[in-house]
Amino acid sequence: MTPKLELRGVYKSFGSNHVLNGVDISIEKGKSLVVIGGSGTGKSVMIKSVLGLLNPDKGSIKVDGVETTTMDLKERDALMKKFGMLFQGGALFDSMKVWENVAFGLVQGQSMSRREAQPIAIERLRAVGLPARVADLYPAELSGGMQKRVALARAVATKPEIIFFDEPTTGLDPIMADVINDLIVAASKDLGATTLSITHDMASARKIADNIAMIYKGKIIWHGPANDIDNSGNPYVDQFIRGQADGPIKMEI
Amino acid sequence: MDAEQNAGRLEQTGCSILSVPQRFLQRLGRAAIGFLSAVGRLAEFTGRGVMHCFTPPFFPRLLVRQLIDIGYYSLPVVGLTTFFTGMVLALQSYSGFSRFSAASAIPNVVVLSITRELAPVLAGLMVAGRVGAAIAAELGTMRVTEQIDALTTLSTNPYKYLIAPRLIAGTVMLPLLVLVGDVIGVFGGYVVSVYSLGFVPGTYLHNTWQFLERGDVTSGLWKSAVFGFIVTLMGCYNGFNSDRGAQGVGAATTNAVVSSSILILVFDYFLTQIFFTVIK
Ligand SMILES: Nc1ncnc2c1ncn2[C@@H]1O[C@H](COP(=O)(O)OP(=O)(O)OP(=O)(O)O)[C@@H](O)[C@H]1O
Ligand SMILES: [Mg+2]
Repeated sequence: MTPKLELRGVYKSFGSNHVLNGVDISIEKGKSLVVIGGSGTGKSVMIKSVLGLLNPDKGSIKVDGVETTTMDLKERDALMKKFGMLFQGGALFDSMKVWENVAFGLVQGQSMSRREAQPIAIERLRAVGLPARVADLYPAELSGGMQKRVALARAVATKPEIIFFDEPTTGLDPIMADVINDLIVAASKDLGATTLSITHDMASARKIADNIAMIYKGKIIWHGPANDIDNSGNPYVDQFIRGQADGPIKMEI
Repeated sequence: MDAEQNAGRLEQTGCSILSVPQRFLQRLGRAAIGFLSAVGRLAEFTGRGVMHCFTPPFFPRLLVRQLIDIGYYSLPVVGLTTFFTGMVLALQSYSGFSRFSAASAIPNVVVLSITRELAPVLAGLMVAGRVGAAIAAELGTMRVTEQIDALTTLSTNPYKYLIAPRLIAGTVMLPLLVLVGDVIGVFGGYVVSVYSLGFVPGTYLHNTWQFLERGDVTSGLWKSAVFGFIVTLMGCYNGFNSDRGAQGVGAATTNAVVSSSILILVFDYFLTQIFFTVIK
């Protein structure tokens, strides 16, 4: 079976900063892969390369077996409709009301009228545990956790086939983090979506993941089923999941 | 890019063996490459922005909002500026012209200076400060907080959604603003002439009309359309390519205002030169 999403030997540098050094990843349809790794190891850059927000220097990125790095604008537009993305910082449109944010993909991408889209947006907000009165507020009027949930609702509103979650639980309290984890699991189960998530929160990773991969210095150094994470036999992974300062990973301070 | 890197490597490795003039040339070359690539990026951005003004989908709601933001809300600034400029013009030309008893030319001086030159340029500069800065700050913040990336992931082209409505609104609204400014500026001159310089109202207005040609007004309006395009373009370009962080947005805002102000003055000269040879 062709994987839903496949990266082969993806390289990306910014000047002399070599961020991705040959990333290999593959996700089966309907599965959930969580990529763990330290700050600044290129996790966000990897997702942005898949989305075409950054152009990789080298390597192949295939969606449903189709190469995407050489696509023209039209093909990329069509491809984009398959994707949903939860940005690390939320990236909510701060000049729009909450419901307009959630409805954005429906109105712009699927040419739905605003009147049709509004009740759907409110329904999606309810699905992430936000009451209807929030719909008419602006993002700046919400707490961080509420913003994350709005961003989540927006990312899944168009029922995308592949969803990317960039650190969905960072900066949230443990209970809210768990709520978000549940929502992600529910969203992807309901939609049957393939998901690629990024986190350094191990509780979150254990909950969301079918498979886990660890990125270090721009390369995937370990990958396997989520259940094997505690017996990876890989000293880097062990150090990371236990959160120890001592080990093969040296923080550049 | 490659050339830049090469130059950088050269400097690191071969710095000591280069003589002073060589090093000077190297630096000059690097500055020239940097300048040309900046011009190239701006040209590419301009081309894309203009292309997306003319290809669907269009966003009428956003366009209307920009028309109001850029046009309507700039009225007070432009009105005040041209009003006081008209008044000052009347005073200054009176002190000059009365020395050789040519004070009757004041109505013509006021109306020609306002319509051909001062209303377009001053309105352009004021709008650069008001609108150019606001656009750069807004788009810069959207860039920094990844809202522009988010647009792309929601199947919306940021050029169509953000750039095109602003470019259109700037190019359309500035001539309208200037037309209003023309009237207010002439009125400013009228007020001073009639109430403090002792002109007869009817004569003043008659003289204002008598030598005014359509080309005086239209050349000013054409100029202002170009200025409106420049202001919104530089605001969009600097905001859209803003560096990360609050500092990046601040720099983008400053650059937008400074570059559009300079470009307005430069283009003003060349456009005047063109109109000078075409319509006089
Ligand atoms: N647009 C960009 N221009 C230049 N450098 C960039 C850009 N985006 C990211 N980088 C660099 O790439 C490296 C990896 O950044 P990235 O955001 O992918 O880290 P990350 O793994 O997501 O970290 P975190 O867990 O803190 O979010 C960093 O060194 C960063 O400075
Ligand atoms: Mg990141």
